[in-house]
Amino acid sequence: MIHENDGGTPAWLADEPLRIGEHVFTSRLFVGTGKYKDIEETRAALVISGTQCVTVAVRRVDLGAKGPSLLDAIDRERQVILPNTAGCYDAASAIRTAELARDVLDTKLIKLEVLGDPKTLLPDPVGTLEATRELVKQGFDVLVYTSDDARLGVRLAELGAVAVMPAGSPIGSGQGILNPYAIRILLELVQVPVIVDAGVGTASDVAIAMELGAAGVLLNTGIASAREPLRMAAAMRDACSAGRQAFLAGRIPRKLYANASSPLEGLIHAAGRPGTS
Amino acid sequence: MRTSPTIRIELNGKPREFRDGATVAELVAELGLRPEVVATEVNRALVRRADREGRTLVDGDAVEVVTLVGGG
Repeated sequence: MIHENDGGTPAWLADEPLRIGEHVFTSRLFVGTGKYKDIEETRAALVISGTQCVTVAVRRVDLGAKGPSLLDAIDRERQVILPNTAGCYDAASAIRTAELARDVLDTKLIKLEVLGDPKTLLPDPVGTLEATRELVKQGFDVLVYTSDDARLGVRLAELGAVAVMPAGSPIGSGQGILNPYAIRILLELVQVPVIVDAGVGTASDVAIAMELGAAGVLLNTGIASAREPLRMAAAMRDACSAGRQAFLAGRIPRKLYANASSPLEGLIHAAGRPGTS
Repeated sequence: MRTSPTIRIELNGKPREFRDGATVAELVAELGLRPEVVATEVNRALVRRADREGRTLVDGDAVEVVTLVGGG
């Protein structure tokens, strides 16, 4: 017997949308556009992932290349573009990059990254703080990439960041959420949306972040560098939704001993004698 | 035949000769770029899209012309 369930989302499964600055998102997955094979694969992965917000980087134009622009891969009716300051190692260059991005895109949104060094790509906390202060002053809606340090997250939110984005683990490492306890504390203390950004390797990592109560997850390499990026885009979409629903539903506490799901009463005669414990 | 005077600028970190009196908008056009997919800086200061026609390049200017590429 086949039970069909294609009636869309019933009302009791509905979720409130995520609000970031002036934007309202029903998808909580934020997807990067780097490392895909070509523009066509980028476009397909973004659509399949269901994302409504995609990140892009700012770089010098390649005067030799005359191919399609990345902007041709993005359906701006359905996907808000979130430019980043990736590759910036000080506040000044991050601010310049943000200004350039705003001029191309006519957007207030900026994903701020001020990194420490190219090997670890860890966020530099002091530069990140300085750049957040200045960009907020300049009217940007700053989504700020940071470590999982809860106090720093609080300070960034107090400076006016519209979202705080802690790394689950180093960018592109695929190590997942290394310290869920730190993320939990950060989620408790930070009063703006918290989007787990970086380190997501596979679908379960997204689900874990969402189950912890993150407002969203931002990822790129986990999809783009998968053996089958389009299939992984679908997996990430489903994991984000599953993790969110599990968070809203409320997981059971972990217990040391078993707790039978079937009644202990009414067993048949001579059902056997349990061992002692 | 008279050759028009040139200036030496730095374009995206590389030296380049360009027409004297040309604007940032003209540079973008002559590079064959779609003006709506690039942003420009001269000497580390943003030159907004609307201001490119009014910004004349002079000898020694360091120009950055950037666009959006895939990133996370």
